[in-house]
Amino acid sequence: MHGLINRSIQSFLRDTYGAALWQNVALDARLGFDNFEAMLSYDDALTEAVLTSAANRLARPRDTLLEDMGTYLVSHPHLEPLRRLLRFGGVTFVDFLHSLDDLPSRGRLAVPELELPQLELVARSDHHFTLYCRGAGKGYGHVMVGVLRAMADDYGALVLLDYDGSDVAVETITINLLEHRFAAGRRFSLASHTGAL
Amino acid sequence: MAAQHLLRDAIPDDNFIRLAPEALECLMPMFLWLSPSGHIRAVGATLRKLLGGADPTGLRFLEVFHIRRPRHASTMDDVMRLAGTRLHLQLRIRPQTGFRGIAVPLADGQGALVNLSFGIEVAEAVRAHDLTDADFAPTDLTVEMLYLAEAKSAVMTELHDLNRRLQLAKSEAEEQALTDTLTGLGNRRKMDTVIDRLILSGVAFGLMHVDLDFFKQVNDTLGHAAGDHVLQCVSRVLRAETRTGDTVARVGGDEFVLIFPGLAQTERLATIAERIIQTLAQPFYFEGKACRVSASIGMNVSTQYDPPQPDRMLSDADRALYASKYGGRSRATAYSPDLDLPDIVPAG
Repeated sequence: MHGLINRSIQSFLRDTYGAALWQNVALDARLGFDNFEAMLSYDDALTEAVLTSAANRLARPRDTLLEDMGTYLVSHPHLEPLRRLLRFGGVTFVDFLHSLDDLPSRGRLAVPELELPQLELVARSDHHFTLYCRGAGKGYGHVMVGVLRAMADDYGALVLLDYDGSDVAVETITINLLEHRFAAGRRFSLASHTGAL
Repeated sequence: MAAQHLLRDAIPDDNFIRLAPEALECLMPMFLWLSPSGHIRAVGATLRKLLGGADPTGLRFLEVFHIRRPRHASTMDDVMRLAGTRLHLQLRIRPQTGFRGIAVPLADGQGALVNLSFGIEVAEAVRAHDLTDADFAPTDLTVEMLYLAEAKSAVMTELHDLNRRLQLAKSEAEEQALTDTLTGLGNRRKMDTVIDRLILSGVAFGLMHVDLDFFKQVNDTLGHAAGDHVLQCVSRVLRAETRTGDTVARVGGDEFVLIFPGLAQTERLATIAERIIQTLAQPFYFEGKACRVSASIGMNVSTQYDPPQPDRMLSDADRALYASKYGGRSRATAYSPDLDLPDIVPAG
């Protein structure tokens, strides 16, 4: 699994539950090191071990942990660059939904070896969508639910999300858009305020 | 000319594309419609925003923009001659944003249509004019380019951090490999490295081989903890009596080598050695008990050799040291080829 994903899991656990929890998870999972490097790759088994150990330590189901991580990825100030990159997907939440099919390509454009799940959005109506999530390992669907929930907040949209993981090959998320502009949402300007371009 | 094929004399009426400026604006939010006289008749919404919101219609195109390449244009005729070629333009007013552009003639001598886009400084322009996604045509890849620039800079930051951490780990590992853990002084490897480097760079240097007298007695009577304490105290003395650029290495249980780059005069080395011997003659205290050691020193300078060889210099310093030992301890001896060596010289 790519270091970026492992590093995200680590940051989520550390920022949400504290450095001590992360230390214990790293020990349980027998990583043999304290920190994942975002720009290196790791054996998939390590990722699995970390998730299992975190779920055990926190006595929480793996699924809700993954969903919380999805929300964290978008909403935590430490990951503001990621939120910005996602916001490049579109001007409105619906625009953003329609950009999801491109997400793996966008990811690869930044980090060529990054493998993300294949996403396919089907618009059932103006406010009713289905997102199919395939490959790259089971559980991404839960992360996506968290990401979508947080992105809806970011755009100020009000949504109902429903996860269906009964199919082995594909995770399905139903998106019900109740209101486009429910709240003000967060500001996004194309120009990066850090001036890092 | 490039312009010629863009202008056909007779276009059948049903082959015209007729567009309202609003439709044109949808396709090209940075278009300009120029009259035959070179005045602006209409501009796209994004260009209006770039011009500070003021209505530019009626102004001369070349008063607002400066065409810099492929060549300067000062009249509408010049502009028309550049039709179909890639233009490099610049806003005449601040922030003097740069553009790429292309002009095409309109049928029946009705002037020209110009379309602009940002050049490589697009990020600057977006910042300067506070542009949004909606300011670009849906077919325009500018926003993707901004995404890419931002993604790359995030990745570069990560890589930069990773490199910094690896660099730090590397220098720590190197430092540890060259450091004696008890005293924090350099070890034998450090000594070898420093001497090799000095010889390689042709810098003259002096060195001292310092051996503690009576150290074994301290260890035997007061224990190893006391011995370790003495070694740490001696290290502090040796560091205090040398300059910042000098090297102090612990090369054996109670043996030290001091290296003095640029200091190859025996008399000056002798002065330093004398100070060290005097200071080390004072007892150190460990848990209230006095630990007494003294120091014997052998000195050598690189200028006696051509070329200097590390092994020879060290073994000659060693001979001088033993001359000090057998001469009664607590003294320093400088090596010279005619040094009067005592009868018993231990091997090695």
